[in-house]
Amino acid sequence: MSVIARNITKTFGAYTALADVSLEVPTGKLVALLGPSGSGKTTLLRIIAGLEFADPGSGRIDFHGQDVTDTPAGRRGVGFVFQHYALFRHMTVAQNIAFGLTVRPRKERPPQAKIDARVKELLKLIQLEDLGGRYPSQLSGGQRQRVALARALAVDPKVLLLDEPFGALDARVRKDLRRWLRHFQREIGVTTIFVTHDQEEALELADEVVVMNNAKIEQVGTPQEVYDQPASPFVIEFLGNVNRFAALGHPLPGAGGDALYVRPHDVDIQRDYKGEHGIRVRIEHVFSAGNYGRLALVRTDNHETIDAEISRARLAELGLRAGEEAWVVFRHIRLFPAEGKFTERDVVADDAAPAVADPGRGI
Amino acid sequence: MAAIVSRLERASTRAAPRRATADSPALKWTLLTLALGFLLVFLVLPLVAVFAEALRRGVGAYLEAFQDPDTFAAIRLTLIVAASVVPLNLLFGVAAAWAIAKYEFKGKALLTTFIDLPFAVSPVIAGLIYVLIFSAHGWFPPEAQQVLFKPFAAASGWLASQPGFLWLDPLAYWFEQPKIIFHTTGIVFATIFVTFPFVARELIPLMQAQGKDEEYAAVTLGASGWQTFRRVTLPNVKWGLFYGVILCNARAMGEFGAVAVVSGKIRGETTTMPLHIEILYNEYLFVSAFAVASLLALLALVTLVLKSAIEWAHSRRHA
Amino acid sequence: MSRSSRSVIPGFGLTLGYTLFYLGVIVLIPLGGLFYKTAGMGWDDFTRAAFDPQVVHSYKVSFGAAFAAALLNAVFGLLVAWVLVRYTFPGKRVIDALVDLPFALPTAVAGIALAALYAPNGWIGSWAQPLYADFVASLERLVPAVPWQAFLGNRLAFDLPGIFIALTFIGLPFVVRTVQPVLEEIEPELEEAAATLGATRLQTLRRIIFPAVLPALITGFALSFARAVGEYGSVVFIAGNMPFRSEISPVLIVAKLEAFDYAGATAIATVMLVASFVLLLVINLLQRWTRRHDAA
Repeated sequence: MSVIARNITKTFGAYTALADVSLEVPTGKLVALLGPSGSGKTTLLRIIAGLEFADPGSGRIDFHGQDVTDTPAGRRGVGFVFQHYALFRHMTVAQNIAFGLTVRPRKERPPQAKIDARVKELLKLIQLEDLGGRYPSQLSGGQRQRVALARALAVDPKVLLLDEPFGALDARVRKDLRRWLRHFQREIGVTTIFVTHDQEEALELADEVVVMNNAKIEQVGTPQEVYDQPASPFVIEFLGNVNRFAALGHPLPGAGGDALYVRPHDVDIQRDYKGEHGIRVRIEHVFSAGNYGRLALVRTDNHETIDAEISRARLAELGLRAGEEAWVVFRHIRLFPAEGKFTERDVVADDAAPAVADPGRGI
Repeated sequence: MAAIVSRLERASTRAAPRRATADSPALKWTLLTLALGFLLVFLVLPLVAVFAEALRRGVGAYLEAFQDPDTFAAIRLTLIVAASVVPLNLLFGVAAAWAIAKYEFKGKALLTTFIDLPFAVSPVIAGLIYVLIFSAHGWFPPEAQQVLFKPFAAASGWLASQPGFLWLDPLAYWFEQPKIIFHTTGIVFATIFVTFPFVARELIPLMQAQGKDEEYAAVTLGASGWQTFRRVTLPNVKWGLFYGVILCNARAMGEFGAVAVVSGKIRGETTTMPLHIEILYNEYLFVSAFAVASLLALLALVTLVLKSAIEWAHSRRHA
Repeated sequence: MSRSSRSVIPGFGLTLGYTLFYLGVIVLIPLGGLFYKTAGMGWDDFTRAAFDPQVVHSYKVSFGAAFAAALLNAVFGLLVAWVLVRYTFPGKRVIDALVDLPFALPTAVAGIALAALYAPNGWIGSWAQPLYADFVASLERLVPAVPWQAFLGNRLAFDLPGIFIALTFIGLPFVVRTVQPVLEEIEPELEEAAATLGATRLQTLRRIIFPAVLPALITGFALSFARAVGEYGSVVFIAGNMPFRSEISPVLIVAKLEAFDYAGATAIATVMLVASFVLLLVINLLQRWTRRHDAA
């Protein structure tokens, strides 16, 4: 484990940002801290960096087996990339990247030629070879982000920390930069932790996702794990679209107080259905663009809405139109018993979901 | 037909449509005339009057005013005072702005208010408080000062007697015979008080607006506190700093009320330029008084030009 | 330092320590000394010195003239700010820079320049002085019940109007510089929205713009007033400094000091200081109010 945070509590006055949080990050992995704003993810990142300190008497941070709890930020060997880059606006790109090397004590400072070579190398890595003489104000957002990354990497950090690295960029640049970061992290193999509130970004990019909510960690796992086996109602609601059913009881399992979820792509629609798990719905709206057909459905019995996502081929096959009625069956459901009935087994047990009808007719 | 023609005519003579946010020309010219008239009477005329009065008897008489050795002494004293006051308040301003902008602590709002306090105090009172402390009837009169400073007098006297340290002699002399009220030292104290907030006030909002991210970035990259200040913070605030310094300097050279109270107005010794102007004026030496005043007015103009130049450069950079 | 209060950026103890030390030595201890001295006087001595009829008259002159000057500055400051923000005209940049002249011009220089202008043989005084004397005389004739001369003097320079003129000069930039940025911030969309909703230009000015700048205007007025109350240098040359007529409190403090009446000077200074602190408090509250308006 290259980064271990243990029992971190952080309060700001009456507000608790982190409540006894522990986290282990394996060496060389790319880990996402994912959560809504106010969940404590940025505070955790800043505590790992040494920009913030846990409450007195609480917590401990280890880097590669070494206790750095009391080490100042500058001596921890972290590279930190700020959300708004925090580039030194009066320095050129090259001067920004070189900064961490030039502020070292004279004895440890590399000779100027070495610094220049390192800057050149990093400029090449971030594909901005010709822009070393520019000032930050003359760069685009994506370019600034890469300069901030190069500046953090120049000091050979043991851990790379990124705070909402793509938050301030527009959608296209974000996509390109995401792919580039993924590739680049693999290549240099530095342990990396990044904070994001965008579930798509976390799932696409990270080796491991840490889902945070309300000053606590809800779940840690691979993207597959957190998506397919969510540990709590919060995780399933935060990661992707999901239908939540308020009215439980036949044909759905569970009872009042339980939380029942079905992903839209686990909803199947059939014109005629004879089984006992079907729900009669009216089709409100059909939207077909891209790879999927999306349908907005309303239960005829209690008017609850259901979102469904089926392949376009299946949509064409069914030939459904708004206003028509049909049957809905769920391929896969997830039941979280109400508090009190809650046990660990219930949460992870997939077989708690009984209604898998017509398995042969999957998408 | 006639009706149509007249309607067309009316349409063509109507003024071009105005934007919703624009005032009518009549209103615009009225307001402009009023505002500029007010500024002409209250700003431009006094400024012009200074130079006109100084040159009333011609350039010869104007230059003759500067032949007076007391005038010369006043200019010299003013420069000495400004050269002592500005660096001290600069150092304070930087320290205070750093502490207030870069950290969170209890009582910060109160501290900021206290820093502004000297602006709210009448200059006359600023002088008075030092008189109450340091004058012969004060709590810390010259005799007490002499006792307290004795060790310093001995130490600096010894140091001044060493080769190469002769320049410390005036300091040793001052410690031996400390003089504050009716002396340059008191003038410096009073001037520090009245110009106290200038640099801090410029820097605090500027540093607060710039946030702490760049400093944090420097710190994570291993920079020390001094390196962070000199290489990251200072370049970002240098113009604000310069701005504060020139304002502080203008006020330090021009301070009248506070200095009048502590100086004792010993001609040629403890008279700064503004005090010298008063003496000349009261002696009906108007041309000389306005001649010295014209130097200070020039200083004010230079200050304003520098200030506008900074603002202009700044707004262009951010455009 | 405990771990929680430890900060990431170095230098907290040093800079805050130096700030407090310097503030204490230069400002707080000397000001405290003044109050200590007053406290040592005893109540009777204090009230006798601080509320002697000549002193009370000087308060009236100081605060009255400062109030009138700040009022004039509020009106014309708003006007100047409006003109500088909304209109383009040749020389605008020079005018804008010149507004700060009273900050930069030493008060003694301003004082003798204004005295020269408004003296009976000055550029303005030579024609305005007789007009002003006539004006006051006719007021006295028309409304004899009011002691007009005591309020207005009857000369421009070396009388009450001189104080008003000097205080207007030194307080001039405050209103302009507090209102100007607020006017610049008002989005044109607000006025356009008002126009599309059928408001006339005057209604827009009165109901949209004026309320938006009002907090800044009051703040500027208070700053201008606070500065004017304590002013000495520019006034002393143009006021005439006649006791019971055109003598301001700071002039009286200096007079007492020159007579070595330290207790008398201290008592007046204490009253002035308390007034200044109250003003400072009001200004602080006003500025907080302004900021809240900005945020909304």
